[in-house]
Amino acid sequence: MSKIKKLNKTTRSNFITYAIVIIAYILSQIFSSAGIMSNSLRGQLVPICAYVVMAISLNLTVGIMGELSLGHAGFMSVGAFTGVITAISLQDSVTSGPLRLLIAIVIGGIMAGIFSLIVAVPVLRLRGDYLAIVTLAFGEIIKNIVYCLYVGMDSNGLHIGTVSIEALQMEDGATTIINGPMGAVGITKLSTLLAGFLLILFSLFVVLNLIKSRSGRAIMALRDNRIAAESVGISPSKYKLMAFVTSAILAGMAGTLYAMNYSTVAAKKFDFNTSILVLVFVVLGGIGNIRGGIIAAVILTILPELLRQFSEYRMLTYAIVLILVMILTNGAKARQFLERIKGSLRFIKKKSDGGGAVNG
Amino acid sequence: MKKFFCIALALVMMLGCFAACGKATPADSANPADSAGKATGNPIKIGGIGPLTGGAAVYGNAAKHGAEIAVEEINALGGIQFELNFQDDEHDPEKSVNAYNNLKDWGMQILCGTVTTTPCIAVAPNSFSDRIFTLTPSASSPEVIKGKDNVFQMCFSDPNQGIASAQYIAENKLATKVAVIYNNGDAYSTGIYEKFSAEAATHGLDIVSVTTFTDDSQNDFSVQLADAKSAGAELIFLPIYYTPASLILNQAESMGFEPLFFGVDGMDGILTIEGFDTSLAEGVMLLTPFAADATDDATVSFVTKYNEKFSETPNQFAADGYDCIYALYEACTAAGITADMDTETICDKLIEAFATETDEDGNVTKEGLVFEGLTGAGSSMKWAKTGEVFKAPMAVVIKDGVYVGM
Amino acid sequence: MTVLSNLINGISLGSIYAIIALGYTMVYGIAKMLNFAHGDVIMVGGYMAFCAMTYLGWGVLPGILLAVIICTVLGVVVEKLAYKPLRSAPSLAVLITAIGVSYFLQNTALLIWGSDPKVFSSVVSLPSLKLFDGQLSISGVTQVTVISCVIIMTALVLFTSKTKIGKAMRAVSEDKGAAQLMGINVNSTISVTFAIGSGLAALAGVLLCSAYPTLMPTTGSMPGIKAFTAAVFGGIGSIPGAMVGGILLGIIEIFGKAYISTQLSDAIVFAVLIVVLLVKPTGLLGKPINEKV
Repeated sequence: MSKIKKLNKTTRSNFITYAIVIIAYILSQIFSSAGIMSNSLRGQLVPICAYVVMAISLNLTVGIMGELSLGHAGFMSVGAFTGVITAISLQDSVTSGPLRLLIAIVIGGIMAGIFSLIVAVPVLRLRGDYLAIVTLAFGEIIKNIVYCLYVGMDSNGLHIGTVSIEALQMEDGATTIINGPMGAVGITKLSTLLAGFLLILFSLFVVLNLIKSRSGRAIMALRDNRIAAESVGISPSKYKLMAFVTSAILAGMAGTLYAMNYSTVAAKKFDFNTSILVLVFVVLGGIGNIRGGIIAAVILTILPELLRQFSEYRMLTYAIVLILVMILTNGAKARQFLERIKGSLRFIKKKSDGGGAVNG
Repeated sequence: MKKFFCIALALVMMLGCFAACGKATPADSANPADSAGKATGNPIKIGGIGPLTGGAAVYGNAAKHGAEIAVEEINALGGIQFELNFQDDEHDPEKSVNAYNNLKDWGMQILCGTVTTTPCIAVAPNSFSDRIFTLTPSASSPEVIKGKDNVFQMCFSDPNQGIASAQYIAENKLATKVAVIYNNGDAYSTGIYEKFSAEAATHGLDIVSVTTFTDDSQNDFSVQLADAKSAGAELIFLPIYYTPASLILNQAESMGFEPLFFGVDGMDGILTIEGFDTSLAEGVMLLTPFAADATDDATVSFVTKYNEKFSETPNQFAADGYDCIYALYEACTAAGITADMDTETICDKLIEAFATETDEDGNVTKEGLVFEGLTGAGSSMKWAKTGEVFKAPMAVVIKDGVYVGM
Repeated sequence: MTVLSNLINGISLGSIYAIIALGYTMVYGIAKMLNFAHGDVIMVGGYMAFCAMTYLGWGVLPGILLAVIICTVLGVVVEKLAYKPLRSAPSLAVLITAIGVSYFLQNTALLIWGSDPKVFSSVVSLPSLKLFDGQLSISGVTQVTVISCVIIMTALVLFTSKTKIGKAMRAVSEDKGAAQLMGINVNSTISVTFAIGSGLAALAGVLLCSAYPTLMPTTGSMPGIKAFTAAVFGGIGSIPGAMVGGILLGIIEIFGKAYISTQLSDAIVFAVLIVVLLVKPTGLLGKPINEKV
């Protein structure tokens, strides 16, 4: 314990973050294998992992880079569909499930990274709400394109078209991979909690190290005062691009993980609402606070399921909880109140410490 | 402090989760139907899944309400007792799987769902591997039942509707120049369109204009209608739901364009939209298994009850939900299923009870369930071993605000 | 001739976006927050007018008036309860709260009015205008929407530049702290902004539902997002910009559908938007951002 205290503040905080993730994983493994975890929670473990990675990744854009993104689900979508295509087309050549998942996740991430380079052009020029609208537009464009995307596979390889599966003119016995608005169907589930856990650790490792590095400090300097940062020779293009692409790659990976957990995935899932959902995780957890984002992602994914007992009032309750939590954690009055409690706690603690000293 | 708050909340949630699961496992006999004293033991637990909130809420709520009425009626009969637990999935595959797992925790023995197609494709593999018998009221894609022996459909499959529509239009020589407007963001609509266009070609129908819209742009149809008009279409085929269809009819009228309109089962409900000017729908033809103003006793009694209870007129989804519960009831009675059987036994017995088997020549080798419901258009329904339903589509035309058989 | 008629259809769709965008941009310009619940206030306005006219049998004008009053009150109440406590919080926290409010309004509407769509009978009884021997027709709703759009825009511009409250609003939008020091009551100014914005939303709701007469709890959300896009397109915060942005967005959408592809119409709209923003990074009529060192 004393060793941990000696470490510097960020390292200690990062250590705690890793510890929380690892402990949560071990606990859920124990509960799951002991059979005392409800089916409902067990079914949510992989999506929770995907959302946690999304929260970490968006925190890099919103918290560290300081730009609002309303289309993060677009990258998730790119990753998801690329990952599914990869996994299905490798079905025969790579027989090991985990290896196939790994390849799919990597390729999904890379593809999302490539798309983010395209979006990065406006990202480097625009700021604030104008950037937000570009990311929103990107998410919508991806959704609309996937609606018209038909991908199938036969012995000649992949076929890609925009009209219909029949129009691909594949041989008999071909596999349909993406069927327009129906999305990808017939996915073999490969995602596991372990894969999700490793992906979370990987993204934590990437993001936390990026923040700590020289580049990370440059990115944050740009966020806090762009002109001052530029005046000391920090190139906004380079560092913003670095943060944005990293964030998109992680989102793409999360997308693959998410898609490979269900037997179907449709483009509609990755719409504006999902982007907003991830944004809510980030803001609720404290903008720029990676650990807070992770916790918020977990809570807000489980919360609607816990509210099922409210039946038709479920989503209403969810909305009210969301508003109340925002006001309680960010409201001026609520903050004063909490500060006061904190103050009096400190006072009591001091008093008892002081008393102890006298007695000792 | 915020962190503290978050962690505290997290702990509470975690506890809540585990506490909830602890409670769920023992078979709770909280509300066995007390409606009739002669109830035979515990009710059979039927789970339902559909969108009760969000943009597709209208379909889920209708199916839920229909199923509720059926359960009430069946429980009042005093024979087999049902308990229905209907969960929301917001038309999202992820939420749908969550709802499914939630129902499993509750102790679901039979699944009546899910209402919409995409979520159903996500849920069906789970119910297949868990061996929970599944009867979906309205998930119409063939993908839903593909390769799953225990998943059955109550509605027509999309390809069948597309083919039947093309055949009907061609055989009755309704038109030769056809325009199509469909929702290219919707699996149901696209599925019907694809089969329709393939079948239309073989019947000499000339598709002169194909235009689309998505859920995000289903307000303005001026371009689509103008395209159909300038291509000289005599008939517009609308494989879409009734809400956008009502807008299309409205806008076609205001631009003075009067082709024939031909819809599919999703169009049913158009006459009962509150405030809709039914004269706009005059002459619209549709293939539908259910008509709310049919005069047979079963439909009349259902529509009256539905109206009393929910002050709405039931649409096809409500009738599908109602029929699902009754089909399950008849199959359960025939197979002698009781609530204390495990889900796997129930599943096997229900598959046995539902499926009609045929040999290669089409001769029936084993009779399955023959079901007379609201959505059979007067004839009886049968199920193939694959899970697909056989029933006659009924073509109706709207005259003076009511359906008239053709 | 088809080009002209598409143009008219575009203006007709665009004027609906414009009228929603006016309310959006008003709130954004003064309160500096993206009010994602704006689209849902529109939906409430539509339902209110629908109830007044269908269930209570009221006439068109009293119905609209009721919708405007209720939405104005709703806007002020929501502002007081949900946004005011967050005045000093980061803008993203307010954004999320607005999304919470949006979910709240949608789900309340779902509980009250059910999920079945309602058909709104148009409040406009004006005949459509026929031009070129009837080859071109402009519907009554379009005429009314375009005219009211122009009137509202002019009124808003005059209001913010000529009246005392309007000037106070501009002061608050420039610098809250300094405005307060000059004796402007920031809280009441923002309340008035929300009142006006929500009242406009009610009007927009009535016109939206008159043009596209289906009413569901989710009716407002997609037009809300499109209008937000329009407001940014025109330069968010700029009142004439919102109108120009809205109408252009409508025209692009219709032309994209008519001449490129109906399947990709939304993708085309957003792609054009991205290109425009690349050329003009602060929207069409937006003020360039001044940076202070």
